[in-house]
Amino acid sequence: MSQGISTAHSVVEPTSGTRWFAGVVVALYALVTIIPLAWIIMTGFKTPADAISYPPKVVFSPSVEGYCNLFTTRSRQTPEYIASLPPANGTCEQIAREQKMVVAGPSNFVPRFTNSLIIAFGSTLLSVGFGVMAAYAFSRFKVPLKDDLLFFILSTRMMPPIAVAIPIYLMYRELGLSDTRLGMILLYSAVNVSLAVWLLKGFIDEIPREYEEAAMVDGYTRLQAFRKVVLPQATTGIVATAIFCLIFAWNEYAFAVLLTSGEAQTAPPFIPIIIGEGGMDWPAVAAGTTLFLVPILIFTVLLRKHLLRGITFGAVRK
Amino acid sequence: MKTMLNKMSVMALIALASALSLGATTTQAQEKTITLCWAAWDPANALVELSKDFTAQSKVKMKFEFVPWTNFADRMLNELNSKGKLCDLIIGDSQWIGGSAESGHYVKLNDFFAKEGIKMSDFAPATVTGYAEWPKNTPNYWALPAMADAVGWTYRKDWFGKPEIQAEFKKKYSRDLAPPKTWSEFKQVSEFFQGRMIDGKKVYGAYIFTERGSEGITMGVSNVLYPFGFQYQDPKKAYALDGFVNSAEAIKALEFYKALYKGSTPPGLTNAYMGEGLDAFKSGQVAMMMNWFAFFPGLDKDPNVGGAKIGYFANPSEKTKGVQLGGQGISVVSYSPNRSEALQYIKWFASPAVQKKWQAIGGSSAHNAVLKDAGYLQSAPYAAAFQDSMNMVVDFWAEPSYAQLMLAEQKRVHDFVVADKGTAKEALDALVADWKKIFKDDGKGK
Amino acid sequence: MSITSPLAKRLAQATPAPIAMRMRGLSDRWIAWIFVGPTMLLLLAINIFPLIWTIKLSFTNFRANRPNAEVSGVGIDNYVSVLTDPDIWAAMQTTAHFVFWTITLQTLIGFTLAYLIDRKFRGHGFWTTLILIPMMLSPAVVGNFWAFLYQPQTGLFNAVAAFLTGVSPSSFSMLGEVSLAPWAIIIVDTWMWTPYVMLICLAGLRSIPDYIYEAAEVDRASKWRQFWSVTLPMVLPFIMLAILFRGIENFKMFDMVNLLTSGGPGSTTEVASITLKREAFEKWRTGYSSAFAIILFVAVFGLANIYVKALNHIKSR
Repeated sequence: MSQGISTAHSVVEPTSGTRWFAGVVVALYALVTIIPLAWIIMTGFKTPADAISYPPKVVFSPSVEGYCNLFTTRSRQTPEYIASLPPANGTCEQIAREQKMVVAGPSNFVPRFTNSLIIAFGSTLLSVGFGVMAAYAFSRFKVPLKDDLLFFILSTRMMPPIAVAIPIYLMYRELGLSDTRLGMILLYSAVNVSLAVWLLKGFIDEIPREYEEAAMVDGYTRLQAFRKVVLPQATTGIVATAIFCLIFAWNEYAFAVLLTSGEAQTAPPFIPIIIGEGGMDWPAVAAGTTLFLVPILIFTVLLRKHLLRGITFGAVRK
Repeated sequence: MKTMLNKMSVMALIALASALSLGATTTQAQEKTITLCWAAWDPANALVELSKDFTAQSKVKMKFEFVPWTNFADRMLNELNSKGKLCDLIIGDSQWIGGSAESGHYVKLNDFFAKEGIKMSDFAPATVTGYAEWPKNTPNYWALPAMADAVGWTYRKDWFGKPEIQAEFKKKYSRDLAPPKTWSEFKQVSEFFQGRMIDGKKVYGAYIFTERGSEGITMGVSNVLYPFGFQYQDPKKAYALDGFVNSAEAIKALEFYKALYKGSTPPGLTNAYMGEGLDAFKSGQVAMMMNWFAFFPGLDKDPNVGGAKIGYFANPSEKTKGVQLGGQGISVVSYSPNRSEALQYIKWFASPAVQKKWQAIGGSSAHNAVLKDAGYLQSAPYAAAFQDSMNMVVDFWAEPSYAQLMLAEQKRVHDFVVADKGTAKEALDALVADWKKIFKDDGKGK
Repeated sequence: MSITSPLAKRLAQATPAPIAMRMRGLSDRWIAWIFVGPTMLLLLAINIFPLIWTIKLSFTNFRANRPNAEVSGVGIDNYVSVLTDPDIWAAMQTTAHFVFWTITLQTLIGFTLAYLIDRKFRGHGFWTTLILIPMMLSPAVVGNFWAFLYQPQTGLFNAVAAFLTGVSPSSFSMLGEVSLAPWAIIIVDTWMWTPYVMLICLAGLRSIPDYIYEAAEVDRASKWRQFWSVTLPMVLPFIMLAILFRGIENFKMFDMVNLLTSGGPGSTTEVASITLKREAFEKWRTGYSSAFAIILFVAVFGLANIYVKALNHIKSR
């Protein structure tokens, strides 16, 4: 929708009053919708006491205690014992000492976060790799029962994850894939490959066949044409698809909570169960949430243009 | 965009490669490291400290996997059922013993105990029955009692001691304000404190368990059910539930728990278990709190409410005595590749010296060397209440179907107490029907 | 060209033209299978085989936590007991209530927002991106932090609601009260997924060519009439698509509810997936829950298919 031709379409252009009104309403909605998120990011910089103060504190003195608690485990010690220790090195140790605790070691957050990275990237690589091949085949060749196969691929996304998890659980138990990164990578790849095929087929459909045909006339084999002509042309689509797969795998919870317990557990089932002494350690939870959201926020901005296509399985193109 | 694609695939490759290599290193390192799984709570931190002695002595490194209570059963039973190798040792909840023994998740310890001279008679009988035996009351041991625990009460001694409060209470009920001995007294005390202004803050009567998701409300309501005369089954006929689970006394008890919930608890107490209770008590919201004895060492040291400000009492009685048993035994997971190191840990843990240290640093020993020690009652302000409690503990079902039985009671009780659905009789009748069906599916009872 | 493998070149030279053509066709088909193969294999292994296994299990009394117990066939008993269990029907009703209200609210708010954004005021790109953020987040993490916002007394939600209405912030508990808990979940889902519906509606609005409005303008149709006779009918297929996707997703809803209320208070917010999780992974009634899973799958699949038919019908009008 270019602005340049607006004069020619003056009848359908909204009046400036309407625009102003729409702008205010949308901006208001956006601000309200972002408050919960801002609140969480803020909570990450509160002390545990400030986080659960009544009434809730909007103004507070920032603290990194939440981040310290996220990355360390602490144990309570007697004042005599603490007095016998050498002076604290590092901010986190300092904060812990003030509460009669010592840092006992690193928490599980980093391993869980690493698991999230490995599983998300691993499954994205697999599903996009498989997806781009299948999408190319569906786009260019006569595959028998093509429509049925495509619909079948899509329908695998309709099953409730818990329903799928029952047999997967039994199967993984037999194969020794329970609570392994490989098991989770395969599972997420299977879930994501449907999205990848549908999206990539759309992108590849848009690349004119003539390009490959010209290349093949020049003596390229089909595979070479695919590699040297189609793939470069589809780069944008592949990157967009990869990010969508990544976001799904990154955010996934139901399978992770049922099929992993320690070794391969990802961040989403871990973050809600970060507890301090006694109850929930909300600043640490908020800190973990914030760190977990950062990549997604970046990707959202990067993906703006392809968002619609991604979330509708390529059903709506813009 | 193209370079981005290349970068991304390189990153993914690195990630994949490191996943594989990491997998390899963990298996290598496991030769000398064993993992102990438990719930994430104060005693677990004490165990980390205690275990440093084991590592120093045996050169076996310890790793810990602690899960919050509300997810503990789900996660750990899931792990056991999937024959996972995450845990070498597990401090599993008392009710899991039936299922874990029958499914072969735990290693049977009889031979090991005999070989190492570990005698179950050295441990408090209630804990041996509760944490180690399956079938109950037979000498088949699947765990070593590790953490003796029961539900207890803590109260604000400082508030109870205020002269104006004492005077007002006496005027109202013509008796002295003291920690309640019976549930009727309890109700008076909690309603007396409900909504009162103390030190310029509105306070409430009591904190009780109401959690829905795991076992909270069941572990709470039991402490009223047992003293009122509820029984799990006909003492003369196993699995005969009618007239015991839904007896007139049980109905009265359930109504009583709801009256407590409605009339003497802080607002928003709809889904609260141990953690929420501690938060509320530490922030000075309530006069009395129901919680596991396991938290009391930590509470005693609390800078805000600890020490002389609080006292402890055993669960009130009514028609009879009774309190919910908590606590866990430590078991060796049969899928563990490090069985001998795990057994070595149990042997070390069972020694009286370690048990004494365990008690001293915030654990809760079930060993007679600790409990029968002359100085025990003076060792902590809650020791007397704990001893009383251990003499009247009752446990929930420990059947292999315990989780199903638990979930049924969670639903029926929460529906009635919190969600205001139906009557107490309907709730307990429905519970009997649920439980009968579960036993019937298991081929037990009729 | 030199890139071609010597073997292929020799073959091509050695064979007469028609066969060379066929070779080319053959190799294409071969490539097609190679290309589709991995995807199909993955789906067969991780989707189809387990599905078949679930169907098989649904006719047995198998329990995954009793490896030593005897497994026997029970015919359609599991299906009968699922379909006659009042708790299951209660869960289905809860799910339906949840799906209905979330879709209604999201469609109304989402369409309104899209309509306003389509007025193309200055800076609409920035505000749109901001609005889109919630739907990119992890539902589990969202559920968890909303549980924090909903804390009575200390939570932001109660504080704001108290500020706006004047009631005491500790006088109500969004997640704890039977009458409020379902709405607490609906609010979070609406917060999270309205942008989704908005984005699809926006695509619909932008797909309407200007000349239609110009024609309406020439006919002196009022703005109101233009909206009802041009805008809405043209956007309707898009709205229906959004409803389809949201409907399927919310029918499966698990993460958010699990972390907000895990079904409570009582069973007030126990949606189908929560019940299924309890049956399958807490009570370990594997056979029974397999039957329930199949029933759920058939329900989603059936409803979605009927809906797609309706959608096509509207599109073809």
